[in-house]
Amino acid sequence: MPAILMLLFGYAVTLDVKKVPMAILNYDQGQESLSFVHQFSGSPYFDLPAFLRNREELYHWIDRGKGKVGLVIPSDFSKLLKAGRKASVQVIIDGTDSNTANIILSYIQIITQQYNQEKTLLKIERLGKKRPDPPIEGRVRVWFNEELESKNYFIPGLVAVIMSIIGVLLTGQVIVREWERGTMELLISTPIQKEELLLGKLLPYFFIGLLDLCLAFLMGRWFFKVPFRGSFLLLLSISCLYLIVALALGLFISTVARTQIFANQLAMVIGFLPTFLLSGFTFVISNMPVWLQVITYGIAPRYYVSILKEIFLKGSDLSLLYKEMLVLIGMGIAGLSMAIKIFKKELK
Amino acid sequence: MVGINFAVEVEDLVKTFGDFVAVHRIRLQVRKGEIFGFLGPNGAGKSTTIRMLCGLLMPTSGKGRVAGYDLLLEPERIKRVIGYMSQKFSLYEDLTVIENLHFFGGIYGLKGSVLKERERQVLEKIGLKEISDRLTRTLSVGLKQRLALGCAILHQPEILFLDEPTAGVDPLSRREFWSFIQEMSTQGVTSFVSTHYMDEAEYCNRLALIYKGRIIAMGSPTDLKIKTLSHGVLEVECEPLMGSLHLLKEKPWILEVAIFGNSLHVIGKEGIALEQEISDLFQTHRILLHRMEWVRPSLEDIFVSLIEGERN
Repeated sequence: MPAILMLLFGYAVTLDVKKVPMAILNYDQGQESLSFVHQFSGSPYFDLPAFLRNREELYHWIDRGKGKVGLVIPSDFSKLLKAGRKASVQVIIDGTDSNTANIILSYIQIITQQYNQEKTLLKIERLGKKRPDPPIEGRVRVWFNEELESKNYFIPGLVAVIMSIIGVLLTGQVIVREWERGTMELLISTPIQKEELLLGKLLPYFFIGLLDLCLAFLMGRWFFKVPFRGSFLLLLSISCLYLIVALALGLFISTVARTQIFANQLAMVIGFLPTFLLSGFTFVISNMPVWLQVITYGIAPRYYVSILKEIFLKGSDLSLLYKEMLVLIGMGIAGLSMAIKIFKKELK
Repeated sequence: MVGINFAVEVEDLVKTFGDFVAVHRIRLQVRKGEIFGFLGPNGAGKSTTIRMLCGLLMPTSGKGRVAGYDLLLEPERIKRVIGYMSQKFSLYEDLTVIENLHFFGGIYGLKGSVLKERERQVLEKIGLKEISDRLTRTLSVGLKQRLALGCAILHQPEILFLDEPTAGVDPLSRREFWSFIQEMSTQGVTSFVSTHYMDEAEYCNRLALIYKGRIIAMGSPTDLKIKTLSHGVLEVECEPLMGSLHLLKEKPWILEVAIFGNSLHVIGKEGIALEQEISDLFQTHRILLHRMEWVRPSLEDIFVSLIEGERN
């Protein structure tokens, strides 16, 4: 299960937009338009463009989803440029996937800007003047995820999803199943202490969780080549903390629900979805509306996901992470003692 | 109500689920070493009562003691000295026979050589020694019930609560099961057994009939027969059967009439010359009377008559 999740996410879920399929409708046969088109076909962000003959073809192309972006160059493009006047091109972007469309838009703007700049500089040179240096040159260095690869961002967070599935989903089911089968009725008719009973049910899943953590770590590290800059021991101990919180939540679900269907739904809503959507795993917390941001402070995955990213990519140590750790410890103790308190050796 | 001689004694025990009254003011006493039968139709409140006595279900009101411990205050102490067999088979089907025993032995705090010895004894008693390595899932219903009993007696409980232990079990296994309960009884173990098989009631020292959450009769099987149907049951073989049934039902001197095989079981009101009345009636209505005979009432007769009495 964790291996499948890793593979799916490592490969399929990528926010990197590369090799965008593009169509070009060029009414102009001049030199200028060709060199402009060349800016796109030479770029790694765009696939080799398809050259179309008329608008119908272009619309058809985009409607069918064959291409994400269409570039229309009017017939007077070269003429206007040569005359030193402003020429315009039309860009049509498929906006169904707003995120991708945004990225494509910025690619196009950058390429156009570069082309413009080059043209302006050439013009200045032609006037016999020295090529001026641009006043500001930003020398950008990306830290922690140097290539801005989304897998480096996803895979550490994925560890949290896997832990949640084991902790909340599986554990939530395991006790409910005993209620459904009737074995719990017999168990609670014995003098077994409820702490023994619950810990006995939790421990196997705790170890399965740790095993899956190691598996996810190894796959991420060596298969997907995600950088790991922190201490493995720290990762392990924080994961133990998070597992306790998740198991406590699963336990809570199984004491409230008495059928597997209900337990599943509860686990989805209060366990899995928050980890997936509110933890900062898929969506950036600071972009959420304020009320939702407030909610994220109450859920454990938020802290765990941020710790995971810090350990994997930044190599942060205890001195930077102790606050989040303290929150997890508090949640673990509170959750576990509450679940044990709520659990009654009684039928309903 | 302190009585050291009682294994179970409860007073005014009530359990409601929302508006539904499952058990209404039950009062009963079970002596030590007794086989106490708890009879009643489905949904009468048998399981609910047993679950309350085992400390699995909090009574809504009432009080009681099981094995000397307070039902409301010391349910965990009660759990130590009782063995419980739930209505639904509830051992781990993916464990073997011996693994199930081992698991429950462990829960009851048995260890090492003591546990080994107990397991050996129990396996011998319930006759599963040869198949102790079989997966529980593969056992027949009868064998599963025996194993469930084995798990319930491993820790040598003082009281056994058996909730319909023989439901769905073949007659031979049922008989074996009951002789086993009787053997336990001679060793001083109290058994509290619910059932809806009338023939099984005869194995019990004392019985309680429960109907719609109330106990409607209690006593030894003989007591019940004498008390309830002191004037006996008349078995009448006649033709046509259905016609006579309807005819008799109309008569004011009839208490109860029911079809029993190919004849009628008739109970008349007290002080009625039943045989005379019937032969007179049949003569006027030209009903063929083949045979008329006083019979000992079966527990089924009593059961039906008591419940009919409640309904009216």
